[in-house]
Amino acid sequence: MIDLKNVSRVYQVGSGKVYALNKATLHIDAGEFVSIVGPSGSGKSTLMNIIGCLDIADSGTYLLDGIPIEDYTETELAKIRNRKIGFVFQSFNLIDKLTAEENVELPLIYRGVGKAERKARVAEVLERVGLTKWSHHLPTELSGGQQQRVAIARAIVTKPSLILGDEPTGNLDSKTTGEIMEIFRELHEQGNTIMLITHDQEIAEQASRIIHIRDGVLSEVSI
Amino acid sequence: MIQSFKMALKSIAGNKLRSFLTMLGIIIGVMALVILVSLVSGATGSVTDSIFSLGSNLLTVTISDDKGAPINLQTLNEWMEKDGIGLIAPSGETSATARYEGNSGSVTVYGTTPPYETINGLSLLLGRFIKSSDVDNHTNVAVINETAATELIGYTDCIGEEVSLDGVKFTVVGLLEDDEKSLTAVFGRGSVVAYIPYTSLMRLSSEATSNITSFSVSAETDMATAEAAVTSLLMERFDQDDDAFTVSSRDMLEDAMSDVTSVLMILLGSIAGISLIVGGIGIMNIMLVTVTERTREIGIRKAIGAGRGVILQQFLLESVVLCMFGCAIGVFLSWAVLRIISVVVSSLSISFSLEWNVVLIAVGFCFLIGIVFGLYPANKAAKMEPVEALRYGG
Ligand SMILES: Nc1ncnc2c1ncn2[C@@H]1O[C@H](COP(=O)(O)OP(=O)(O)O)[C@@H](O)[C@H]1O
Ligand SMILES: [Mg+2]
Repeated sequence: MIDLKNVSRVYQVGSGKVYALNKATLHIDAGEFVSIVGPSGSGKSTLMNIIGCLDIADSGTYLLDGIPIEDYTETELAKIRNRKIGFVFQSFNLIDKLTAEENVELPLIYRGVGKAERKARVAEVLERVGLTKWSHHLPTELSGGQQQRVAIARAIVTKPSLILGDEPTGNLDSKTTGEIMEIFRELHEQGNTIMLITHDQEIAEQASRIIHIRDGVLSEVSI
Repeated sequence: MIQSFKMALKSIAGNKLRSFLTMLGIIIGVMALVILVSLVSGATGSVTDSIFSLGSNLLTVTISDDKGAPINLQTLNEWMEKDGIGLIAPSGETSATARYEGNSGSVTVYGTTPPYETINGLSLLLGRFIKSSDVDNHTNVAVINETAATELIGYTDCIGEEVSLDGVKFTVVGLLEDDEKSLTAVFGRGSVVAYIPYTSLMRLSSEATSNITSFSVSAETDMATAEAAVTSLLMERFDQDDDAFTVSSRDMLEDAMSDVTSVLMILLGSIAGISLIVGGIGIMNIMLVTVTERTREIGIRKAIGAGRGVILQQFLLESVVLCMFGCAIGVFLSWAVLRIISVVVSSLSISFSLEWNVVLIAVGFCFLIGIVFGLYPANKAAKMEPVEALRYGG
C-alpha cells in the first residue's frame, strides 16, 4: 500500500543543503506493523510526514494505495489524510479548548459525517481506548497516557487504512508506554497497517519489521 | 457550518476580555453611526414638522435694498388687490422688556396688521386680534400668547390688563394659543410673544419705520401664481434687480432643510464609517495575533483532514461573529443612550428613536468589515504548511 521510490527531501540551511531524506525507497504492505528507528535528526519525522501526506517530497515518487501523491492539491491531500491516515504524535497534539469527545469528533466533522453517526462512532472508539468516563474532560484535565489514548481514538475514529505514530510513547513513563503499545498491538491484530517511529529498541522489536534510518538513508534489519 | 459557528463562539468566549476590547472599536463605531444619525433625523423630523405647520399658502418676502422706492403700508394695500395675491401683512420685530406689576421679562414684539392672523394661521383663545382701526390710530393694544400671559401676568384670563413694553403702556386685547411647533419653539427660546399694530411698533422701536422690509403673503388661488405675481411686482419696483429682495416659501425652506440634513447625514455617516473601519483594523490585528497563537492548532486540524477552505471559513466566521457581537452590543447601547436623551430633552417634544434603517446599515457594514478585515488573517491561517504549523512552539 505504501510505495516510495528514491524519495528525497532537502532543506536549505544557510548556504548548505541538508538531506532530511536521501533517496529513500520503501515498500509497506497493508496489514504490516513497521517500526522506524534512528537517532534524533536522522529524518524519521520527515519520512512519516511524507508518508502521511503532510509534506511533499522534493524528488522521487510516492504511491499511496496506487495513487501518486505528488499530483494532488493541498485540499485533496487534506481529504486523503482525513480518509486514509490516522496520526498519533509524541506531544499528543490535542486541541486544548475541546473536550476529549470533541477532539475525537473533529475528523468526522471534516469528513461530513452526520451528527448521530458521529456520536455513535466517538462513543465506540472512546470505549475502545477505555476513556468513556473521561469523554467530557478537557485535555488539560487528563494524564499524559489518557491524552495519548484520546489521540489514538481520534486517529482511528475515521477507520483509516494507515496509522502513523511519531514517537507516541516518547513522553510517557514505562507503565503507560506498555498500555499504549498494547492498544497498537490490538489495532495491528485487527488488521490495521501501523508505522511507529521510536527511539526505543524494545518498542521497535514489537513490530514485525524494523527499518533503520541514519542521515536520511534507510536500511532494513530483518528479524 | 453550525459546528464552525460553535467553535467561533467558543474561541471568542475563551478570551472574554480580549474579545471585548477588540469589539470596542466596532461598538463605538456602531454607536456613533446609530446615535448621530438617529439624533439628526429626530431633530430634523421635528424641524420639518414645524416648517410644515407654517402653512402651505405663505410666502415670506424680505427686502434688503429698497432702491429709494420703499414699500409702506399703502403699497401693501394696493398689492393686495392684484391678481393672484391673497392677503399681505407686514412684520416688524423687536425685543422689549415687558413689565406687569412686579414682574418683568424679555418679550419678542411683532408689529403687524390684521391679515397676519389669517396668513400665519394663528388661533385666538380669547378677545380679538389687531384691527385696522388700531393700525390707523397707532392704538397701544397687544395680543399676547399663553406663555407671555402665564409668565408675565400669572394667569391667562388677562383681557383688559395693562402691560408696559419698554415703558409704554399697552392694553391686552387678545390671547393666542402657543404655537408649539413653530421653529422658535423647537429651539426653546422666544416663546414669549406679543403682537402690536405695525404703526405702534414704529413708535416703540427705531428698528421699525414706515419703510417695510419684511412681509408675508398668502395666495389667492395657488402658491406658484402668487409667487410669480409678487416677484414681478418687486422686480418692477426695484429696477429688475433680483438681489434687492428674497421671496421664500415653505417648499424652499423644506428644500434647504433637506439639503442641510443630507449633508449632515453624509458627514456624520462618514465619520462613523471611519471609526468602524478603525474598529475593523483592530479586529484584523487581533485575528492576526489569534492565528499566530493558534498555529499549532491549525497544524493539528490540517493533519486530521481540514483543507484550506475549512480553515479559512473557521477564522473568517470568527471575525464576522466578533464584529456582529460588537454590532449587537453597539445597537443595544445606542438604543439605551437614545432613550436617556429622549427623557432628558422630553420638554422639547422631539422624539429620538432608533432609526431602523440605520441599524440595518450598521449591521450590513459590520458584516462587511468582519469579512474584509478577517480575510487576510484567515487566508494566512489557511495557507500555513501543515508540517511547519505542527512544528510551531515545540
Ligand atoms: N523545516 C526545516 N528546515 C530545516 N531543516 C529541517 C526542517 N525540518 C527538518 N529539518 C532537518 O531535517 C533533519 C531531519 O529532521 P527530522 O525528520 O525531524 O528528524 P527526526 O524526527 O529523526 O528527529 C534534521 O537535520 C532537521 O534539522
Ligand atoms: Mg522527530
